[in-house]
Amino acid sequence: MPTITGVSSVDELRDPEGHGPLQGDRASTGRLGDRLFSGTAQGASILVIAIVTLVGVFLLSQAIPALAKDKVNFLTSTQWNVDGKLLQFGIANLLWVTVLSSAIAMVVAVPLGVAVALFITQYAPRWLSRPAASLVDLLAAVPSIVYGLWGLQVLGTHMDGIQSFLVKLFGWIPLFEDAGIGAASTILTVGVVLSIMVLPIVTALSREVFAQTPTTNMEAALALGATRWEMIRTAVLPFGKPGVISASMLGLGRALGETVAVTVILSALASNTAWSWSVFNGGETFASKIANNAAEFDSPQKAGAFMAAGLVLFGLTFVVNAVARVVIERRKAFVE
Amino acid sequence: MTAADVTAEASLNPTRSREPTGGFDHRSGPRALRDLLARVVMWAAFATAMVPLVWILWSVITKGGAMLLDSHWWTNSQRGITNRVVGGGAVHAIEGTIIEALATAVMAVPIGVMTAIYLVEYGRGRLAKTVSFTVDILTGIPSIVAALFIYAIWVTTFGFQRVGFAVTLALVLLMIPVVVRSTEEMLKLVPNELREASYALGVPKWKTIARIVVPTAFSGIITGVLLGLARVMGETAPLLILGPYTKSIATDLFGGLMPTLPTMINQDRTEVLQPAVDRVWGAAATLILMILLLNIAGRLVSRLGAPKT
Repeated sequence: MPTITGVSSVDELRDPEGHGPLQGDRASTGRLGDRLFSGTAQGASILVIAIVTLVGVFLLSQAIPALAKDKVNFLTSTQWNVDGKLLQFGIANLLWVTVLSSAIAMVVAVPLGVAVALFITQYAPRWLSRPAASLVDLLAAVPSIVYGLWGLQVLGTHMDGIQSFLVKLFGWIPLFEDAGIGAASTILTVGVVLSIMVLPIVTALSREVFAQTPTTNMEAALALGATRWEMIRTAVLPFGKPGVISASMLGLGRALGETVAVTVILSALASNTAWSWSVFNGGETFASKIANNAAEFDSPQKAGAFMAAGLVLFGLTFVVNAVARVVIERRKAFVE
Repeated sequence: MTAADVTAEASLNPTRSREPTGGFDHRSGPRALRDLLARVVMWAAFATAMVPLVWILWSVITKGGAMLLDSHWWTNSQRGITNRVVGGGAVHAIEGTIIEALATAVMAVPIGVMTAIYLVEYGRGRLAKTVSFTVDILTGIPSIVAALFIYAIWVTTFGFQRVGFAVTLALVLLMIPVVVRSTEEMLKLVPNELREASYALGVPKWKTIARIVVPTAFSGIITGVLLGLARVMGETAPLLILGPYTKSIATDLFGGLMPTLPTMINQDRTEVLQPAVDRVWGAAATLILMILLLNIAGRLVSRLGAPKT
C-alpha cells in the first residue's frame, strides 16, 4: 500500500484467527526491557495524538474570544478590520479566493495528473517509465517560495496574453471580467502555479493504483479485442477511480493550505475594494492572509482573528483529507 | 459509432463485422483512431508536465546559477551589504537552514520512528487506530496552521520571543508524519520469519525490534528521514511567522534572529535592483540544490540498501 494514502498497517485485514498482520508472536515477556521499549513506543504515539489535539484546542481557545467580539457575521462578511477597538472580520472573501484558486488548480491538475499516470504505467516504454516517474516527483521537491518567485516573475510575465484573450472572449461572464489587476498577480496565475504544485501528488497516487490493476482484467479486455485505450477505459480506469478521487482530495488539501507561493504571487486588495467574482482579481486566501499579517500579531484579539481564519483552514483541509481517507478505505473493501 | 456500438453490432452480426480484411490485428477505423488519439494525448500530457519542471529549473539556473560559482557565496554573509552593492554570500542563510533542519530531525525522528514501531510492532485496537488517524491529520495539516499553533503556544501563551527554536517546533509537526509513514512502510517489509526466528532463539521482543527489525529496515528509514528533511528545508510559512531574517551569521537557536534561505529569498523578493535580484535567485538555486541533493541521497540509500531479505 502506498505511503501517500496514509494507509497504515493497523488498518490491514486480520487473519482468520483475528490476529492483525505481523502479530501472533505474543513475545512480550513483561521483562523490564520489554516494558520500557513498548512504553516508549506507546508514549511517542500518545504524544502524536496529544499534539494534534493541542493544535485544535489552542487554535479554538485563541479564536473564540475574538469571535465573540466580532461585530459582523464571521462567515458572510467581507470586512477585515482588526486594528481598532471595534472588531469586524469575516471570511467570505478569503473563502472565495481560496476555493476559486484551488478549483482552478484541480481543473488543470487532475486530468493532467491522471493522463501522466496512465502514460507512466501504460504507455511509456519500459526504459522511460521509471525516470519519467522520478521527473514528475521532482516537481514536489521545488520549495514553495521558489514556485512563488517563478510564478510571479517568470510565468506571470506570460499571462498577459492569456488574460486579454479570455477577457475578450468571455468577458461578459462575471467569472472572466477584467478586474484591473496586473496579469501576473491574479487568482488565475495562482491557480496555474498551484496546479503545478499538486500535479506530483495526483500523479504519484494515481500511478500507484493504476499499477495495481489486476493483470487478469487487463488481459481479459485485450483478449476480447479491445484496443489499448479501450482496455484502459474498461479495466484500468474503473479499478483506479477511488484512488484517483482520493489523490485529487489530497492534492486539494495541499492547494487549499498552500501559503507562500500564494502570498508571493497574489496581489492583496485594499480593504474597501468592491466584490468581484473574477478569476482576474487579486485577493487573499486564508493562508496568505495569515502570512501577510504575520508581523501584526501584537495583541491577543488581533491574533485571535487570524487564528479563527487558521481554524477554518484547518477544518477545510481536515474534511478534505478525511474524505480522501474514507474513499480509499472503501476501495480497499472493494478490492479485497 | 462508439466502441459500445461496435461491440453491440459485432454480437448481433458476428459474420459481417469480423471480415478478415486487415489480417489478425485489424481494428475498425474509428476505434483505431481513438486509440491513436489516446496515445497522443498521454504523450502530450507527459510533455506538458515536463514544461514547468524544465522551465523552473532553467529560470533558477540562468538567473541564480552564476552566484553559486562565486566562492564568496559559500563563505560570506550579507552583513553590511546593501541592495545596490554586488557581493556577499549566503553562508549565514545556509547555516541557519541546516541548523534548523538538523534540530528538527533530532526531535522528529525519534518520535516518528517510535510511533511507527508502535503502529507496526505493538499497536492493536482503538489506540492504534487513533494514532494512525492522527498521523493522517498531521499529514494534511497546512504548514501555516502548524506555524499558527506554535505561535499560539510559544508567543501568545508563554510570551517568548520568536526564535529559531520555535520554527523547529513547527517543522517537527510537519516532519513527524513523513517519518512515521515511511518508517512504517519499511518495517512492514521486514519478513515475519526474521522476527519468528529471533523469538525462537529466546530473544525478547524489544531486543528483536532493536537488533533485528530496525537494522533490517535501516536504509529505508534513512530514506524517509532524508525525504522528510527535504520537505522541511523548503518550508517557508513557519519561518515567515516565527523566524525573522537577519543578514548576519547567527547560530543560536534559542536567542535572537536566525536567517535561512527561504527567508533570505522572501526578504528581497520585491527588490528591483539587480544585485539584490541576483542574490534572491542565487538563494533559490542554493535551496533547490540542497533539496535535490537530499532527495538524490534518499533515493540512492533506498536503492543500495533495500531490506535484505
